[in-house]
Amino acid sequence: MAPTHAEPATIVRERDLLRFTTAGSVDDGKSTLIGRLLFDSKQIFQDQMEQLETTSKLRGEENVNLALLTDGLRSEREQGITIDVAYRYFSTPTRKFIIADTPGHEQYTRNMVTGASTADLAIILIDARNGVLTQSRRHGIIASLLGIPHVVVCVNKMDLMDWSQARYEEIIHEYREFARKLNIHDLTFIPVSALMGDNVVDPSTNMPWYDGATLLHELENVTIAADRNLVDFRFPVQYVVRPHQDFRGFAGRIASGTIRVGEEITVLPSRRTSCVRGIHIHDDTPEEAWEGQSVVLTLDDEIDISRGDMIVRSRNVPEVQSEFDATLAWMDDRHELDTRRQYILQHTTRTTRATIDEIVYRLDVNTLHRSDAASLALNEIGRVKITTANPLFFDAYDRNRDTGGFVIIDPHDFRTVGAGMIRHASQGTMEALRRDERERRLAGASDTADAMSGSGTPAQPVSRNITRDPGLVGLEDRIARNGHRPVVLWFTGLSGAGKSTIAREVEKRLFDAGRQVTRLDGDNLRHGLSADLGFSRADRRENIRRVGQVARLLHDAGLIVLCTFVSPYREDRALVRALFPEGGFREIHVQVSLAEARRRDPKGLYARADAGEIAGFTGVHEPFEDPEAPDLTIDTDSQDVAAAVEAVLAMLSEG
Amino acid sequence: MAYNTDPSVAPRGTHTPHDVHAPHVPDHYHLSTLDQLESEAIYVLREVAAQFERPVMLFSGGKDSIVMSWLARKAFSPGKIPFPLMHIDTGHNFDETLEYRDWWMKEIAATLIVRTVQASIDSGRVREEEGINPSRNGLQTTTLLDAIGEFSFDCAMGGARRDEEKARAKERFFSFRDRFGQWDPKNQRPELWNLFNGLHRPGEHLRAFPISNWTELDVWQYIEREKIPIPSLYYTHEREVVRRDGVILALGPHNRLLPGETPERIPVRFRTIGDMTCTGATESTAAELSDIVNEVAATRVTERGGRADDKRSEAAMEDRKKQGYF
Repeated sequence: MAPTHAEPATIVRERDLLRFTTAGSVDDGKSTLIGRLLFDSKQIFQDQMEQLETTSKLRGEENVNLALLTDGLRSEREQGITIDVAYRYFSTPTRKFIIADTPGHEQYTRNMVTGASTADLAIILIDARNGVLTQSRRHGIIASLLGIPHVVVCVNKMDLMDWSQARYEEIIHEYREFARKLNIHDLTFIPVSALMGDNVVDPSTNMPWYDGATLLHELENVTIAADRNLVDFRFPVQYVVRPHQDFRGFAGRIASGTIRVGEEITVLPSRRTSCVRGIHIHDDTPEEAWEGQSVVLTLDDEIDISRGDMIVRSRNVPEVQSEFDATLAWMDDRHELDTRRQYILQHTTRTTRATIDEIVYRLDVNTLHRSDAASLALNEIGRVKITTANPLFFDAYDRNRDTGGFVIIDPHDFRTVGAGMIRHASQGTMEALRRDERERRLAGASDTADAMSGSGTPAQPVSRNITRDPGLVGLEDRIARNGHRPVVLWFTGLSGAGKSTIAREVEKRLFDAGRQVTRLDGDNLRHGLSADLGFSRADRRENIRRVGQVARLLHDAGLIVLCTFVSPYREDRALVRALFPEGGFREIHVQVSLAEARRRDPKGLYARADAGEIAGFTGVHEPFEDPEAPDLTIDTDSQDVAAAVEAVLAMLSEG
Repeated sequence: MAYNTDPSVAPRGTHTPHDVHAPHVPDHYHLSTLDQLESEAIYVLREVAAQFERPVMLFSGGKDSIVMSWLARKAFSPGKIPFPLMHIDTGHNFDETLEYRDWWMKEIAATLIVRTVQASIDSGRVREEEGINPSRNGLQTTTLLDAIGEFSFDCAMGGARRDEEKARAKERFFSFRDRFGQWDPKNQRPELWNLFNGLHRPGEHLRAFPISNWTELDVWQYIEREKIPIPSLYYTHEREVVRRDGVILALGPHNRLLPGETPERIPVRFRTIGDMTCTGATESTAAELSDIVNEVAATRVTERGGRADDKRSEAAMEDRKKQGYF
């Protein structure tokens, strides 16, 4: 192999930046893949190449070992493995790339989590000879947990499988099936040979059956701009700049959203309001600033603000809570997580004391299996409940990595021992919040209801003195009289999918057949029982919780209950399902393409959402999480109403 | 029969309407690589200023520390840089470097501390290397650690970049050092998102590297964009040099000819500026910043390839870093 001659790079001054992570073990050929990426894109310098050739020769290797290029530390070179996160850089005329290169073995989960935390994209390597292994799944699970928007699976060593399309198809089919359980929005597969260079930078001539992009092409063209959160303005104050009496500026990097001079802001935790007087970037004073920029803000009013406070837009406030649920990765090799200890929690520019009160479950990073656990050891991940001494200002990690991520620090020696992702505020604080919200409304505070009501769902009775009254008429008596068992049919899907239309027809048919049937419709509920709720994440959760409880009462009265709710969140639907006995709850996914739903849009809701009149609209601003295993899926793109109704009735008659 | 819409999603929105999931973000909100790197470095500098009681910025007079000090100027503007800069002077500096240093400190209104390797030698803390052209590069470590102790600095910022060398690829933004100033590459604090843990016990300190994610080309493009003045050594000039072990070394009082060597006078420039005894020059005619940017973009040798101290062994840098080198 001849030394490469780097060609003059085209100097493009407005290049993009893409951060990606690679997870894989030495056997997968990960280092070789990165070496190949650097080598073929002419990023290896002459002296590096000479050093590589010398070292490879000394080690008695026949070819230049591209993996040596990236294995940094001596102990790693000696063992031939990568043990820490190493950062690499290369660029093409359109993009600069930062690679967080991490080891793939289970004992290095913490390194993978670290590398994944800032990545826009993850490359997962699968050895074509071995197929989907435990570790391939683990890497996908970690990418999903850390919210990496794009995942590219490279099926490597295709040269050793005779470039077999069948083998490739088999692997990607298996991986796709597995990935359905994950929260990965963009999943791409590429067959490669890192050793030979096929489909890494240059298209393969050995695999004419593959007509997709090469890895480099994918890296250069994947759209990352849309991953940014430009909606929620969040400005954690880092530092106060006060050179003289006439200037008091608040320095920080905008975590998300945009801000303009003159806009009204609220300061957390004081809730004082003011307007932005100026935006300063050294000598520049732009009218507007946005996510990712380090700026200094000045305000119209003298407000006491210090590091750790957060400036937000008055009409879009994050959750302010000291109790929340989080997914926590434990990273300490000396001590296990101790629920009796106090730790230090660092979140945005805020640091506070915290306790990890409860481990809800431990998550097996290989299988997603949940198990009870009293503690978490190094490299273990679990769902936990945390209480902080001072409230945090946060958003769910899924919505905002910067205001949803935190680290746990050992207060004894200050080592970083854990990393967490906030899922939502803890359950049980709902009532206090509503009270707080009412009080603020009464006091004439600005309308922050949507964001502020953000909280959890009191699944347990608030008072322990409440017990159920069983009554004298049992469910079996009702079943005997009605001649059928009760069941809840839960229609979920995008607005405009056809849920209500189908349910109305089903109700008529069942009623005509003499069944005890009723229908709970979103609109009706929203007018009464849930009239006090908006459409924030927390309010949606609470709405669904109420619907679930009503459905439960009707179910226990022996009725067939048809529920039609967008109910976009898997977690919320799962909570409802848990209220019913086996077979008593049927989830029906009324599926429609977004384009078709928009086309139907009979009430003009999509149009209004697009026009900005409606916020948080599912499908436009908010995701819809498809059911993992619905009891029935109806595709209304292709099925008409009559067929859909028959499908529902058929499912019922089958029991 | 047509499908009806689901009325359960009646609107009651109050948030500012933007579409996060839109496929196209207006170019208006674009941040180029240099914008992002600058913003990140400023963020790190402010974290240092906020988290530490007595931080210091190390200044060598090289382009990386110049860029870092320029970023510090921007980070705290219109205020002053809220920490001193410190130069560890090996006594083997180019005259141009020292002139530039003193001029630049006035330009950015910074406070400068100078500590010399010579003083460490005189006080017996270190001993000069034997041989004809002794390097003082390794000796700097002691002088640096002594100075950190003298001023009770709890954080020293450096202009190191991860792309410079393999051992640096695993360096954190905030890098913990024990009471002996040592770096333990196997036991680094995990660093996630933008959360930098600067907590430490008395006697321990951290090193912070605000331009970790910059490459040599980024540095030059940024110097060009911001029009930052740099020492004349970086531009082409005629100089008396000698070629030794594939490295072009400037001749001078600290670097004399070995038997059998012949001096040359050629147009050169420096890609890095350090101790005269080990900083190699490159043949170049780059007279303008744009020439340098083009040259760096086209180059075939890494910038540390010109440094004799890294050539001593494959793991040379890692060994020096463990002992407390920059």
